[in-house]
Amino acid sequence: MATTQASEQRLRAVEPTAFAGVFTREITLFRRIWKSSTFGSIVEPTINLVAFGFGFGALVTSVQGIPYVQYIGTGVVASAILFSSVFAGMYDTYVKRYYMKTYDGILATPVDVPELFLAEAAWIAVKSGIYGCAPLLIAMLFGLPPSWGMLAVPFIGMLTGFGFAFMGQWFSGIVPSMDSFTYVQSALVTPLLLLSGVFFPISGFPQWVQTLAQVNPLFHCVELVRDAVFGWDPVSDLVSVLVLCVFALVMGVLAVRVLRKRLID
Amino acid sequence: MTLIPPSEPALHLRGVVKTFGDIRAVDGLDLDLTPGTCLGLLGPNGAGKSTTMRMLTGQAIADSGEIRVLGHEVPRESKQARARMGVVPQRENLDDDLTVRQNITVWATLLRVPRRSRLAAVDAALEMAQLTDRADSKVVTLSGGMRRRLLIARALVHSPELVLLDEPTVGLDPQVRGDIWTLVDRLRSAGVSTLMSTHYIEEAERLCDDVAVMSHGRVIARGTPAALVAEHAGVEALEFYGPPARLAQIEDTVQPQGFRTRRTGPAVSVLRAEALPLDVVDGLGDGTRRAANLEDVFVLLTGEKLED
Repeated sequence: MATTQASEQRLRAVEPTAFAGVFTREITLFRRIWKSSTFGSIVEPTINLVAFGFGFGALVTSVQGIPYVQYIGTGVVASAILFSSVFAGMYDTYVKRYYMKTYDGILATPVDVPELFLAEAAWIAVKSGIYGCAPLLIAMLFGLPPSWGMLAVPFIGMLTGFGFAFMGQWFSGIVPSMDSFTYVQSALVTPLLLLSGVFFPISGFPQWVQTLAQVNPLFHCVELVRDAVFGWDPVSDLVSVLVLCVFALVMGVLAVRVLRKRLID
Repeated sequence: MTLIPPSEPALHLRGVVKTFGDIRAVDGLDLDLTPGTCLGLLGPNGAGKSTTMRMLTGQAIADSGEIRVLGHEVPRESKQARARMGVVPQRENLDDDLTVRQNITVWATLLRVPRRSRLAAVDAALEMAQLTDRADSKVVTLSGGMRRRLLIARALVHSPELVLLDEPTVGLDPQVRGDIWTLVDRLRSAGVSTLMSTHYIEEAERLCDDVAVMSHGRVIARGTPAALVAEHAGVEALEFYGPPARLAQIEDTVQPQGFRTRRTGPAVSVLRAEALPLDVVDGLGDGTRRAANLEDVFVLLTGEKLED
């Protein structure tokens, strides 16, 4: 059929010029709104860190041989990455598509659907990588010793952020209205967060839940961040990187597919 | 020996069909746009104008038929075509939080204006839209007319060879509409090919070299505004005001003699009035003679009731 043939044609190439155009637009917009955006992304994990650090820290001195405040400090990095990627992917994409008709404008310029959403996800990923470092810096104020591995954290944040940004974009294309994001948040984002080892180790869960956690991308993000800070575990870390790559790839394909259906008649 | 290629039309559509479920939005559309001219796409709501526009940018994919834009086959080479055309959407989608200049600059990047000439291109676009002194204002502070001018300027920043204008003056005050007309007229003087959809007849009469009347997804008449008027509505119309009974009586008098009439609210116009026999005219009572216009053609061809 003519339709599928045409779609495949477009999927083939991602031109750097088109990517750069969309990416530049995001940077221009960000210069206007960076204060509020940064505030939310930094304050929320900080509150988590301080509250859990002091609250639980009074009951639990160490987890898996790590002082609790350092355990939570490294864990909250992942929650900061999650929040700054999945919600940006969901809400921003929905608003730009449905209310602002931004994409109708951009797609009338020499930019195709995959380039558009790849560039937007890339920008969200960069922000997630940067915002993910904030809890780490705060944890250092609470005594987390600096290490070379920490330099990998922004890149772990970017890789994870890519997947969750695409996931958010995908949801933005399948929900019937923005109200439905509440379901996504309750039924998916919260379980992902609690089943990732951000706040407490998952070893207390029944075995089948622990097995389930192996397919939770956020779990692998937490593992990578902790290993980056406290010491690498080459084999399991490589697996985690692979899981996150596959996650980003699958979500990217799903996002582009559903959004193309929404934007191209 | 090399063959000189025949000059390629700016737009070339043949047998284009686009359906949405059971609805045939575009139904065997043939359309050509001569380079350097302005073609008006005239038709009631639902005639397929917007769908046609979206197919030209690859934002809607035709079920069948052939579409060439500036010589590029669409949708296969749609991106190359889009790089050479400017699109002014009906539904405004400016970035409210950015300044006027930033809006145009972002578009200059998306439309691939080379970095070294970008500043000059943005300045030229600002100048053309008479927005130079508002360059650093946030878009949210602009009036409706300025926003529309910005929307047009943004689409022209890369000096496109083809411009698509989808209802460029819909919802604007008459004074502001004049400003937009000046912009469009300047495009034509500059030799840019323009396709403009509109349902303001006056707009098409003033700005278009050529008009295609669309109905039910196809072109039902094509020609210069003057030729269309002459062919379908003649030279003059005789217009009568009065209560419905009187209007009906006029219709009953002239229609059996082969004259077409057109109702507009409390009035009825008898078309081709120049050919009415004098004794018939005398019998009709007091009426006003006026020149036939494109609106007469439009209503004659597309019917008095709007398409749903």
